[in-house]
Amino acid sequence: MYQYIAKRVLLTIPTLLGAAALVFLLMRLIPGDICLVRLGGGGGSFDPKALVACHTEIGVDRPVIVQFLEFIWGIIRFDFGTSMWSGKPVTTEILARLPISLEIAILGTAVAIAIAIPLGTISALKQNTWIDVAVRIFAIGGIATPSFWLGIMSVLLVLDVSAAITGTPWMPPIDYVPIWKDPIRNLSMAILPAITVGYRYAAVSMRMTRSAMLEVMREDYVRTARAKGLKNKLIVNRHALKNALLPVVTLLGIEFAFLIGGLVVTEQVFNLNGVGRLFVQAVQNQDYTLTQALVMLTVAIFVFTNLLVDLLYGWLDPRIHFA
Amino acid sequence: MSTTVIDDAPLPQRSYWQSLMRFCQRQPLGTFGLVLVVIMAVTGFSAELIAPYNPTANDFAAMTEPPSWQHLLGTDQFGRDLMSRIIYGARTALIVGMTSAIVGGFSGLILGVGSAYFGGTTDLIIQRLSDIVMAFPLIIMALAVVAIFGPGVQNVIMAITIPLIPRCSRVVRSSALTVREMPYVDAARACGFGATRIIMRHMVPNVMAPFLIMVTSFVGQAILAEASLSYLGLGVQEPVPAWGLMLQGGAEEYASTAPWIAIFPGVAIMLAVLGINLFGDAMRDALDPKLRER
Amino acid sequence: MRSWFLKAGLAASFALALSLSLTLSGQAETPKRGGILTYVIPADGGPSLDGHKETTFAVLHATAPFYSVMVRVNPDNPSSTSDFVCDLCTEIPKPTDNGLTYTFKIRPGVKFHDGTPLTAHDVAASWRRIVSPPPGVSSARANNFVMVDKIEDPDDTTFVITLKFDTLSFMPALADPYAYIYSKAILDKDQHWYEKNIMGSGPFKFVKFEIGQSIEGVRNPDYYHPGQPYLDGFKAIFAPKESVRLDAIRADRAAVEFRSMPPSARDQLIKLLGDKITVQESDWNCGNVLTPNNARPPFDDVRVRKALFLAIDQWKGAQALAKIAVVKTVGGIVFPGSPFAATKEELEKLPGYWPDIEKSRAEARRLLKEAGQENLTFEMLNRNVDQPYGIVGTWLVDEFSKVGMHVTQRVVPTGPWLDAMRRGDFAVALEANCQNVVNPVADSGRYLPHDLYPENFAYHKDPVQVEIYNKMLHETDPVKARVLMRDFENQTIGVGAHQLMVTWWYRIVPMRSYVKGWKISPSHYLNQDLANIWLDQ
Repeated sequence: MYQYIAKRVLLTIPTLLGAAALVFLLMRLIPGDICLVRLGGGGGSFDPKALVACHTEIGVDRPVIVQFLEFIWGIIRFDFGTSMWSGKPVTTEILARLPISLEIAILGTAVAIAIAIPLGTISALKQNTWIDVAVRIFAIGGIATPSFWLGIMSVLLVLDVSAAITGTPWMPPIDYVPIWKDPIRNLSMAILPAITVGYRYAAVSMRMTRSAMLEVMREDYVRTARAKGLKNKLIVNRHALKNALLPVVTLLGIEFAFLIGGLVVTEQVFNLNGVGRLFVQAVQNQDYTLTQALVMLTVAIFVFTNLLVDLLYGWLDPRIHFA
Repeated sequence: MSTTVIDDAPLPQRSYWQSLMRFCQRQPLGTFGLVLVVIMAVTGFSAELIAPYNPTANDFAAMTEPPSWQHLLGTDQFGRDLMSRIIYGARTALIVGMTSAIVGGFSGLILGVGSAYFGGTTDLIIQRLSDIVMAFPLIIMALAVVAIFGPGVQNVIMAITIPLIPRCSRVVRSSALTVREMPYVDAARACGFGATRIIMRHMVPNVMAPFLIMVTSFVGQAILAEASLSYLGLGVQEPVPAWGLMLQGGAEEYASTAPWIAIFPGVAIMLAVLGINLFGDAMRDALDPKLRER
Repeated sequence: MRSWFLKAGLAASFALALSLSLTLSGQAETPKRGGILTYVIPADGGPSLDGHKETTFAVLHATAPFYSVMVRVNPDNPSSTSDFVCDLCTEIPKPTDNGLTYTFKIRPGVKFHDGTPLTAHDVAASWRRIVSPPPGVSSARANNFVMVDKIEDPDDTTFVITLKFDTLSFMPALADPYAYIYSKAILDKDQHWYEKNIMGSGPFKFVKFEIGQSIEGVRNPDYYHPGQPYLDGFKAIFAPKESVRLDAIRADRAAVEFRSMPPSARDQLIKLLGDKITVQESDWNCGNVLTPNNARPPFDDVRVRKALFLAIDQWKGAQALAKIAVVKTVGGIVFPGSPFAATKEELEKLPGYWPDIEKSRAEARRLLKEAGQENLTFEMLNRNVDQPYGIVGTWLVDEFSKVGMHVTQRVVPTGPWLDAMRRGDFAVALEANCQNVVNPVADSGRYLPHDLYPENFAYHKDPVQVEIYNKMLHETDPVKARVLMRDFENQTIGVGAHQLMVTWWYRIVPMRSYVKGWKISPSHYLNQDLANIWLDQ
């Protein structure tokens, strides 16, 4: 077991290094650079000397190999340098945006679980009835709707409904306040994006719950329980659901890692100053250091969530042995 | 979890027509999905015949017109007929969706089966590479592809396809791993057949069920990914008629003054993805013997 | 020369005042004090806070309220192109030494927000940093000050700039809204301090900057312009997506966005909120430029370039585009409304402006046939910004199709877009020309060949064009200069067909009606220190 964990942890190193090399290469293959964006983005003219000075200042005029080694050496020391765009440490930039992203991710997951597990279970138990059909269409609707569209429409709905009821249109705040400072303002900002994110996430999990339940309900031990004359409710709660949740947990874990990516679009729609939006900014500004750090962060989260899910899986299901 | 279709499928006894009828009877939702997909495909293929207007021709005399008899779904801010753009958009969606799914799926299939068959170092390397690509954020990949090769449908497809490959190869690999241990693969190996033959003849057919289900869902995912990329300004470019692109410009600016610009392309995406997923689900139920209703 | 400048400028400002379709209500109201103004900035809140270094308006909209400048465009008359007034100086000096020496007296008693006095030494240190930055510091607009010879600060209240040669472009350059006055003591310690920190002497004191999200300021009680600022404070929120900003103004989460909103947003806000919304509009000193790569076949053939221009129906197009994009006025190479701008009759002689579009397109087809390019297929480079690049691009693609050209767009982010133009890796590009203070002769220098003006990407060679420009530069009679400007325009668009202006932009600023005192200018870079804004609540 410990040997397995050690092996898995070691195997993350080539993944992280590979991702580092890939992001480093891709960012530099994109034509242009941050100095051009900074100086020429406004459409006006600028001093060519400023461009040279800018290149020197951020160090992109040095040999690529030196820059790469510096980046790798930085990763080893957990030092990602300063953002080329703002001049602030990359960690400051990311930490400033992490709370809102985490809040949406956690709330979104909560929304997803609250919708997915009960509905998925009902759908499986009432397989092929109209309830099942309705739940499945609702679920696939969540997958089929572009999330930014859902976001734009939901804000518009809130505005129109509030204008119709009170006469003055209302929308969630567009600037973030930490939950410990002003919980009401914080939640009124977070709830719509959480639902938007959670709905899609719920849709995926709901389908998984349904098919897992269907499978479990056909297992021998459920049949046995039924043969013993146990109540249906008890069978579902005690025997079936617990086992069906296994793949659902896996999925939730993997999807949580993907959530950061999913937030890229949602944060734009709701003007959330989160990591997803920072990502888009960093890439569009061609801010090498910030993009590199963000990619390493998402890759690390992904890799370690996967590891955690695998371990959790083994812990939940004693039949699985780590080899 | 082996899903061996070959031993199980009583296909030869029935004609395709009979199988289809049986599928329709047993899977009403799936049939509905199939109908949606067929409508989309027919629309896309025969866009020239169906579309009432040229999808890229501006008409400044008819800007942001609500649905009417002239323009059944209204017009966008350039006066272009929305219905014609949605009809042609079906073609773009099909091209993007199908190509990404098929290319991504087959690359994943080959890598997955190969990885499982060869095992050892090959497997380790392929798996680590998959890890990297899977964990890598789509937007960077997309931006890099678009910025390096320029936008255009084929590069959008490339950006969407790359992340699909490892996801497919993972699933195929785990199915193939169980297949590899089957006696008939050992037998084939004992007969001295080459790797290609064993992979193509014995392993690939036996992982077809999860593979097909996955490829089906990829079509829908690719259509949605195109929309997301468009929203970030990295997708298909104007004036190409594409659903995601139509949502990007119109949905934002005209959501409340000319809602038809935002609603109809959105509905088109929803119906297409809904159809594909319903059909995919039904296919899974039909192909998976455990879920098959007897 | 000076009188010409003033005359031209006055005429320009008069014309501009006329061109403002919606100006403020006539009678002046007494400003009320108090309140917090919340506004949105249509950008990511990312770049450094140093105005000397940055070029994006986002930095200006976020930090201008904290800083003083030497000279500025008159905040009560910002639509004028020549009304420059002192901010930190006491009066605009008459130059001595044949127009080469400007001696400014610095307003006494001005204090930085940290309580230290602001003297001529701070002004000089800041201007030295702008004009000739020390090694390791980049100053984005240093090339606007090639005429500056030396900067001196003989005592606490005197600031002297000596020029190498007299030029009209000095005073507009001096009114650069980014030319913040920093503290010499701080600069001496760390030239990069102002990239991450704010400490000025402007109408508002810095309160806090939430990274990437918002910036807040509070009234500076020691501000030197009497009575100002009227606001207790302000909060600026970064909101890069247009739908968010529109919704925010509708729900009064923000009162205004100072850059420009598209016409659809204006129409929608008026429809929904009626008289709770006031709109100010102005021709914008920005425009789109269609640039064929003159060095790359088939666009090295002047007939093909001309055909490109002749395919476009600007008159009808601009009218329609004005409903969906931040563009409106058809113009030549000079800002419309300037006395140097071509009249409609003058424009109509140039390719791309013919009044009879059928005739124009027939000629385009003929030229293409003659050049053997009847099935011309090319890719147009464009920037992935919707307003107005995307809209104008989509319109152009359809216009080109009307003479049988097959055009696709290569729409890329800012970095790759600029890079492709700089490397000459494009067939036709849609670019922008955006200036702050209107300065016709200086601004039209951007149409000169690449080897003279590095930011010109047409890659053409045209000695005639250069010769006309040099004549115009040294012409002091406005009437003759205007004639030369027509020659220059005709050479650029007509004879050489190097580049074409495709619609000038149009600034539309809808705001909550309780916001008073702010006046629109032809540039979103100007007049943003918020000192004269008050809230009628």
